[in-house]
Amino acid sequence: MGKYIVRRLLQMIPVVLGSTFLIYAMVFAMPGDPTAGKCGERACPPAYVKEFREKYNLDDPLPVQYGKYMGNVLQGDLGENQYGIPVAEDLRDRFGVTGKLASMALVFQSVVGILAGILAGLRKGGFIDNLVIVSTLFVISIPIFVSGFVLQYFFGLELGWFPVLVGADATFYRLLLPAMVLGSLSLAYIARLMRTNIAENLGSDYVRTAKAKGLSNRRIIGIHTLRNSLIPVITFLGYDFGALLGGSIVTEGIFNILGVGGYVFTSIGNRDGIAVVGAVTVLVLVYLIVNLIVDLLYGVLDPRISHD
Amino acid sequence: MTERNQTPHDANPDERLEHDDAPLHDNKPGEGGELPTESHEKQTPTSSSAAIAADDTGTARSLTADAWRSLRKNPLFWISSVLIVGLLAIAIFPGLFTDQNPDYGDLGRARIDPNSTHWFGTDRQGYDVYTRTIYGARASILVGVLGATGTLLLGSFLGLVAGYLGGWVDTLISRIGDIFFAIPLLMAGIILLSATRSMDTLLGVPLQGYFGTIFQLVLVLVLFGWPAIMRLMRSSVIQVKPNDYVQAARALGASPLRIIRRHVMPNALAPAIVVTTINLGVYISVEATLSFLGIGLVPPAISWGVMINDSLVFLRSGTTLHALFFPALFLSICVLAFIMLGDAVRDAFDPKSRDR
Repeated sequence: MGKYIVRRLLQMIPVVLGSTFLIYAMVFAMPGDPTAGKCGERACPPAYVKEFREKYNLDDPLPVQYGKYMGNVLQGDLGENQYGIPVAEDLRDRFGVTGKLASMALVFQSVVGILAGILAGLRKGGFIDNLVIVSTLFVISIPIFVSGFVLQYFFGLELGWFPVLVGADATFYRLLLPAMVLGSLSLAYIARLMRTNIAENLGSDYVRTAKAKGLSNRRIIGIHTLRNSLIPVITFLGYDFGALLGGSIVTEGIFNILGVGGYVFTSIGNRDGIAVVGAVTVLVLVYLIVNLIVDLLYGVLDPRISHD
Repeated sequence: MTERNQTPHDANPDERLEHDDAPLHDNKPGEGGELPTESHEKQTPTSSSAAIAADDTGTARSLTADAWRSLRKNPLFWISSVLIVGLLAIAIFPGLFTDQNPDYGDLGRARIDPNSTHWFGTDRQGYDVYTRTIYGARASILVGVLGATGTLLLGSFLGLVAGYLGGWVDTLISRIGDIFFAIPLLMAGIILLSATRSMDTLLGVPLQGYFGTIFQLVLVLVLFGWPAIMRLMRSSVIQVKPNDYVQAARALGASPLRIIRRHVMPNALAPAIVVTTINLGVYISVEATLSFLGIGLVPPAISWGVMINDSLVFLRSGTTLHALFFPALFLSICVLAFIMLGDAVRDAFDPKSRDR
């Protein structure tokens, strides 16, 4: 197990370095002018351009620039947004809200998705199975920003069940509808994955053995089948966390949630490149860390993985 | 079957195999006449002659022919195909479906509810929503198709190279793939597109105008989509390469190109096609999301994402709900069709899921 953790950590290093370099290169090494649009309609005065280039080390060779940038990121310095406020400071206040929203969505999608998947998989071809298959197909094909606005319109504006916008006071109740919207897409995938796994495992040899031993149905499904079927779902949750964070940009924009995603959303609208890149870099880093944790967890859950 | 019986026997090995087993099941003519694969197994214990013949066809029929047989029995495949053909027709010949000008806005007719002249109503700028929905299909589908094709080509090429050459080339390509794979598509799109916004040209391609904006989106999708296909292709090559028949072909002096074409591609193509079909749906959805965020396609380009973005501004007044509804409906149907097709193709190629 220890060996496995060390190996995974070592494998992680080049990916983190590479992907942050890629993000940096996309923003600062592109042939465009990074100060374009910063001074309104006019071109920026040379003094400003000079200061900007100096501040972000744009006259150094690219690897040096990147090294300095990463050094700053590691010290918690993500540059300043167009109002001169450090991006890291902005993000610090917003992380709690996004964390809350993401974990609510995560709980919602895993609980409902796994339950729906179990019910569908136990009776393949039955009514619930068909219902799950058809409804998940619809959920998958409707983009999250459409479903977000539609639900906001009906439940928030027409019926008044939920607040239309979340705003500064992000309570559990206020985040409920956004969290369901955010979790809906992954919910559909989880339900489908769980359904396939359950159905596949029910036909496997160990289930037949358990039946032959005379175990109760409850034990066969509750202990044996369920545990084995959950492993791929957990891997999926890790892989899908990126989509969840990406979705939070859209959801937080729609419901005016003052989290990291909402920050990216407004910064795109303001054409504030530094703020966008800083926030997205942080989101990618969070995604990589979550993936690493899931990978390690996977080694614990499935002993076959860590012993090779 | 009747059409195929007239084709010459040496046309295609797959077709010929279908002919050979045709007399066996000739008592049931027509499209649905072929017995499903499961019934071959049921026959085995009962009649020995039929069992031998059935076993022969079962093993000799190629995967593609097998997949096609189960595919055309799947209603999902036909529903999604009809939808896709319809949407493609709209995208290629929008003029056939409407004689209006999508760029003609008249504030005098703004925010009209759907009626007999304006089927889908008009939006707040007085644009006819139906006309724009029809013309919007082109950009959305173009981005999806070009993005998915580009991803398939780049991913397959790199996967073949990595798997075939092995060694440090493989390590290099795989690690670069890991890096691109680690950045979620939407976030990559946001970063790259916010950088290209201030640029006039990229790789010699002008970024302004209709094709410029489409090019940027396709670039993002290909650049961050290829690792999935690359991994598929690479593992297929690595699986196939040590086989005796490949070694024999190589010993006989077959060029790498020929080995890849004759022995690797047939094995690797199925999963790649499945992923590409699903990618089509996903990419169209990503385009709409990026356009909704305001950094994908921008007016004057018309796409469903752009229309949805336009209509949202005044949504809360509740007067132009139809301007949101119809492009969203078309977008969802389009994504649905491609994802359904991907599901059907995957089921056809995956024997495990075929026993439903």
